[in-house]
Amino acid sequence: MTYDERLQNVSVLGAAGKMGSGILLLTAVEMADLSLKPENKGRTYSLNAIDVSSAGLAGLMRYLKAQVMKIAEKKTVLLRELYKERKDLIENEDIINEYIFEVLNIVRPGTKIEATYDSNIIFEAIIENKDLKIKLFKQIDDNNPNKPWFFTNTSSVPIHLLDEGANLNGRVLGFHFYNPPAIQRLVELITTGNTSTEMIEFANAYAKNLKKIIVPSNDKAGFIGNGHFMRDALHGINEAENLSKDMPFVEALYMINKVSQDYLVRPMGIFQLIDYVGIDVVTFIMGVMNPHLPNEDLHNALLDNMIEMEVKGGQNSNGSQKDGFLKYERGKPVAIFNPDTKEYIYISGFQAKCDEKLGALPQSWKPWKVVNFSRGKKDAMLEAYFNELAEMDTLGAELAINYNAESNEIGALLVSSGVANSADDVNTVMLTGFYHAYGPINDYLK
Amino acid sequence: MKNLRRKVYMAAGYNTISLGTGRKEFNPKKPRPDIEHYIKEAGQGTLKQIGGAKNIDEGVIGNFMAARFNKQGHLAGFIPMIDEGLQYKPSTRVEGACASGALALTTGIKSILAETADVVLAVGVEVQNTMKAIYGADVLAGAGWFKNRKNGHAFFFPGQFSDRAKAYYEKYGMEYARSGMKQWFVNAIENARLCPTAQEYENKVGDLGALYDKMRPNGKAFVDSLNVLDCSKVSDAASGIVITSEEGLERCGIPKDQAVEVISIAQVERNITNDPPDKTELTAIKKAAKQAIENAGISINDLATAEVHDCFSIAGVLTTEALGFADPGKGAQFVADGNTARDGKIPMNTTGGLIGWGHPTGGTGVHQAVTIWEQLTGIAGDAQIEISKERPYGMTINMGGDDVTVVAIIYKRADW
Repeated sequence: MTYDERLQNVSVLGAAGKMGSGILLLTAVEMADLSLKPENKGRTYSLNAIDVSSAGLAGLMRYLKAQVMKIAEKKTVLLRELYKERKDLIENEDIINEYIFEVLNIVRPGTKIEATYDSNIIFEAIIENKDLKIKLFKQIDDNNPNKPWFFTNTSSVPIHLLDEGANLNGRVLGFHFYNPPAIQRLVELITTGNTSTEMIEFANAYAKNLKKIIVPSNDKAGFIGNGHFMRDALHGINEAENLSKDMPFVEALYMINKVSQDYLVRPMGIFQLIDYVGIDVVTFIMGVMNPHLPNEDLHNALLDNMIEMEVKGGQNSNGSQKDGFLKYERGKPVAIFNPDTKEYIYISGFQAKCDEKLGALPQSWKPWKVVNFSRGKKDAMLEAYFNELAEMDTLGAELAINYNAESNEIGALLVSSGVANSADDVNTVMLTGFYHAYGPINDYLK
Repeated sequence: MKNLRRKVYMAAGYNTISLGTGRKEFNPKKPRPDIEHYIKEAGQGTLKQIGGAKNIDEGVIGNFMAARFNKQGHLAGFIPMIDEGLQYKPSTRVEGACASGALALTTGIKSILAETADVVLAVGVEVQNTMKAIYGADVLAGAGWFKNRKNGHAFFFPGQFSDRAKAYYEKYGMEYARSGMKQWFVNAIENARLCPTAQEYENKVGDLGALYDKMRPNGKAFVDSLNVLDCSKVSDAASGIVITSEEGLERCGIPKDQAVEVISIAQVERNITNDPPDKTELTAIKKAAKQAIENAGISINDLATAEVHDCFSIAGVLTTEALGFADPGKGAQFVADGNTARDGKIPMNTTGGLIGWGHPTGGTGVHQAVTIWEQLTGIAGDAQIEISKERPYGMTINMGGDDVTVVAIIYKRADW
């Protein structure tokens, strides 16, 4: 079966979710582009968007239309060429509207799993529940005569457990997009010794067409991305808890969030990132990873406590940030949650005091968005900044130096424990999947 | 028609700001003033200078594509909206693509010549930021022949002038041509920085030439032979001016030193269904300019300044040749040598032109007249250039489509 033939019938499970909708969008566009190739004339392309939520699927179609419109507007020059023979399509608007129709016309939304029984490929983006994934894979495989390939978006469940559990004989691999899939260029590709080469070749070709960067990760729970993020998050929480022995918890949390953002020149502080991903999702992923890590305990009571209090972060359906450790106004953190009183305390009330305790930032400091987009000058900027930081004798500098050392260590562990094949792979994941300005495995503060 | 059978004047010009990318007021995500706002502001800005609407006999409004940009036709009906005193007075809307503004002027001039009016209010307006550029390109393509649209570029007009630039590159050399186009761009921005209503007024780029050099034309991102700096702006703006007879000027109480006299006009139409006979030449502009100069009984060397239609930098370069300032192929050199800069031999587009001030398509022709009126009467503020009695003339060249509708007008201060 060729690449073009295999993509004629595809299903996405969990299509209305945050990750599923992005995967669906990218796949729908890829399938539509294939269908427009002259050699594929007469072939039907079907993409089943499966989700338990009918309301979610309605929202998905709305999202798809808006996104495909943006994509079409950006590639109108190419589309005019593709539709050259269509005499009825003259203006850009005609062409853009036709393309939107073409993409949406491939998508078949529904709540019934039976729709997947004709598919060649199943993308899975449901919740991180190993048993549920196995059950669905098994059901589909038992009823689908095509010996379908399963592409799971799991960010933590070992692939071989899914393979064995659903008895797929190597027809499953991890194809882990980063959030949001339509924008983030990273895909972690997780294969097992059992995965067929044909499937790996297809996955690479598909990623290339989607303009994604593939980083191979070995089949160890959490893979590279969450392998770093979960440990990095735990370090942040521990540091905040340590600091809170001498000060109110909200102040300690503020300081660690600031250190992990400003001092480490990252796009967001660690607590904001936890909120962004969702406290519940983070806790769940740690729970999935933990049994596979005999020498570590990826667990934190504060996270459990937050979930018990129903403070979970994550995003609203319109993409805005829900409150978690931090409270957000127009996407910006304004207050911090006090677990003892269950109240948010406004940052403005204690910010000056905390900033003074941390001490001044090095003079060469520039925010992440400046550093990260200073092409050609980025490395020199970071080097100058960290050199200056290393010489400083402030609490902020000390916390940042410790934080960076821990991040270094986590990166090294991912290589030594065989999760990542190289330090480069670890760094690429953090640079492209987490938008860090520099990789965790660095020499800046040595 | 060689000599105008009656004296015709213009005065009381008014420009709104040119709103679009570059202006700090512009935020594509926030609501913006509508077309009614611009018509009103420009119209009232002019009326205020002439003693009010009671002195107006007739209105003309030039606009290209409000029917698509704003879903609004029937623009003549907006003239009485400007002021109650215009209610039940004659009003006409004219359209000739990006030359609509100048057609509003010639229509008003003809009313004065026909003695059916002594004071005509001319307004030119376009509000284009109502849609994304990719759809705006469809609308603007209406200035070309629709039967050519299918095979045209997604950005139709940039595509047309990119082809002209390419032909010029092939004939005379790309680097040579671009040295002239670069200087045209630099002049446009530097002049716009002197005019508070200009879209590029707040442009703070240090080395404009270096920026231009960095942005090589890239067909994958835009069109083959132009970059975005070679292009005029997407603008929302309106301009107003009055066209009067001798009696009209008196009625409005405007002293002659505050008015310009229209010395000659020339209007040329080239068959829209034909491709240009030579891509490296603007033949309609050449004809119109020649005729206007002849009608005025002057030579191009008598011009103190000209407002020309630089919808693209290459059009600016080609216009210097069409006007006769440079021989074919020498226009790029002429511009690169600084001859069109504000201190050059013939200062062109002293408030930035279409690239620097902005290009509210159907309003541009009126804006050009307002700029010439300001310069010749000495009220151009920081953008003022020196005008002497020895060389007292100003000229406007307004072009619709790809050298299809062209209006050339020559002016002089009324008391000189």
